[in-house]
Amino acid sequence: MQYLTDDPIDPRALIQSVLRRSDGAYVLFEGVVRDHHEGKAVESIFYDAYRPMAEKEIERIVHEVEQRYPDTALAVMHRLGHLVVGDSSIAIVAASPHRAEAFEACRMMIDRIKETVPIWKKERGPGGEEWVGWQGRC
Amino acid sequence: MKIRLLFFAVLRDIAGVAERELILAEGTTARDVWQSLRESYPKLADYVQPPMTAINESYAAPDAVLREGDELAFIPPVAGG
Repeated sequence: MQYLTDDPIDPRALIQSVLRRSDGAYVLFEGVVRDHHEGKAVESIFYDAYRPMAEKEIERIVHEVEQRYPDTALAVMHRLGHLVVGDSSIAIVAASPHRAEAFEACRMMIDRIKETVPIWKKERGPGGEEWVGWQGRC
Repeated sequence: MKIRLLFFAVLRDIAGVAERELILAEGTTARDVWQSLRESYPKLADYVQPPMTAINESYAAPDAVLREGDELAFIPPVAGG
């Protein structure tokens, strides 16, 4: 599976890639670029990744979520490069015979991705640009 | 021994390159490499503890001993999603 792309994400294609005849619901999550962060205006974001490791790490998380929710089928696509306000940076589809599992699996997937996948973002706004999370950490 | 050190995100901006080849003594750890980076780049001087460490595309302990041909990367705080 491929989990990273430099192009706009096509959520319909992602849904079609996992939806089975036995599924009664799917949950589609999209994370989008917003116009502010911690009180500062944001115009665009540059997403960078340690690509081969990020692919492996997302794959590992997909397996982890599938073990927890065995009836659920998952698809993930994270976009890299320059994105502007309103662009989708990530899409996750969780399809399941029943809705409760689809909601929970989708939530677990995005929460885990934010914890360990080596992807970074540099926010740009009128005040300059900054790598998110670096100041005062480590 | 020879290893590759990869730079990403803020660390690539600070180093000015995407990767460097390092010749290291046997027994050198990822933490040792971080200490030498702190000496090379004043912007890292205050960061006594290394960020998360990856060896050959997997998270590893900073005290892991490096081996010939390893690919080492320090992982600044991640911000995917």
